[in-house]
Amino acid sequence: MRVPRSSVLGIAIPLRSLLQRFALVLLIGASFALMVLGRVDTATVERARTGVMDVVGPLLDVLSRPVAAANRAVAEVRDIMFLRAELDRLRDENERLLQWQTVARRMEAENVALRQLLSVVPETMPSFVAARVIADSGAPFVRTVLVNAGHRDGVRKGQVVMNEDGVVGRVVEVGERSTRILLITDLNSRIPIFDEDSGLRGILAGDNGESPALSFLPNQAQVLPGNRIVTSGHGGLFPQGLPIGVATARNGQIRVRPYVDLHRLEYVRIIRYELPLLAPAGEERPVAADAP
Amino acid sequence: MNASLAERSVVVVRNLIPGLATLFLLLLSVVPLSTPNSALVLPPFALMGIYFWSVYRPDLLPMAAAFGIGLMQDMLSGGPPGLFAAAYLGVHAVLSWQRRFFVGKAFAVEWLGFAVMVPPLYAAVWLVGSLYYLRFLPAGEIFIQGLLALAVYPAITWALGRLRAAARI
Repeated sequence: MRVPRSSVLGIAIPLRSLLQRFALVLLIGASFALMVLGRVDTATVERARTGVMDVVGPLLDVLSRPVAAANRAVAEVRDIMFLRAELDRLRDENERLLQWQTVARRMEAENVALRQLLSVVPETMPSFVAARVIADSGAPFVRTVLVNAGHRDGVRKGQVVMNEDGVVGRVVEVGERSTRILLITDLNSRIPIFDEDSGLRGILAGDNGESPALSFLPNQAQVLPGNRIVTSGHGGLFPQGLPIGVATARNGQIRVRPYVDLHRLEYVRIIRYELPLLAPAGEERPVAADAP
Repeated sequence: MNASLAERSVVVVRNLIPGLATLFLLLLSVVPLSTPNSALVLPPFALMGIYFWSVYRPDLLPMAAAFGIGLMQDMLSGGPPGLFAAAYLGVHAVLSWQRRFFVGKAFAVEWLGFAVMVPPLYAAVWLVGSLYYLRFLPAGEIFIQGLLALAVYPAITWALGRLRAAARI
């Protein structure tokens, strides 16, 4: 004999599954609405992102420490294994650098003399914030890292990020105590560059690959593999002359192999560089107003 | 009275374990691992958490939690917001529909199910990502990430299974 079901249950079960389906449609709709919002209103999404970064940042900071220690231990073992070869390489390099030192000293003296002759106003040395990388993007399509310094440390959007080898990327999102850095290989990275050897200017455009491509060059044929590529300082976003990488040719296209090993970032420097074009004009108070 | 309050809080904490474990997996997947090989990216650990709990305890990891964890991943990665939220919702929905097929079966069936699910999921992620950026994104990396996910799945499920046994959930 069948047990008679109560009428409440008879309605509740289909209602529940209906609600579940409704919720699924609603949430999927919300996901796509968010993607559209991400395209049209970047400021709102940026605020949400920096909020999450600030909350999770301290956790990631702790979590990344043992991993960093393990990475260092692995690097140590590798160093010991290749000690002999490294020693030879460094001896060669030292010899070469000593020759360069002589040249550099002579040029420095010459430079000082010429500057005095012309009474050049000395460039101000930019200060920097050192920060530790606490997270990778962890997702495909994106080449960003999070570091453990933020607005309270003086980090601002647009600042250039380097390590001892060269340019790493630039600051795109700043939280109170964490910052997102867009690496130079990211799809959205565009940097005005200067080829030191040929004197040409162009744009370095990331494509998520290892070596970003050079574009907008007046004459591609003149950028030879091995040329040294630095920032041009055009657009005022980046200071001039920061080392980026070496030009290489692949499939007939000129690309740049970065000096920085972007897969082994641990500490980076965020350069506090005043944008010459965008410096607030209101800060210079008129002298006349203060005069008695 | 006190005892019952303690008991109730134990139950609450226990019910939070699937969500918290998946969040932990998410944080693990963004840890900066320095790799000699550039193509080597960390596998999507959070996806495995979503899959595992959707099979075993979908009541403790509801749809909204899958959405929230996906959204958190999007916020952390800096990629298209809502992309992985939608992806994890899809995984959750498919499994709550086909769950009976997996429960009580051998581990190989569960692994096979994961292997069948990953390619269309990643193809969809690639497609939506390409639409978002309005260009064809490089697919090699996402392919490797999918393979890695398959390779690592047994280890992660083993750990989650141990956790489940220890917490008796």
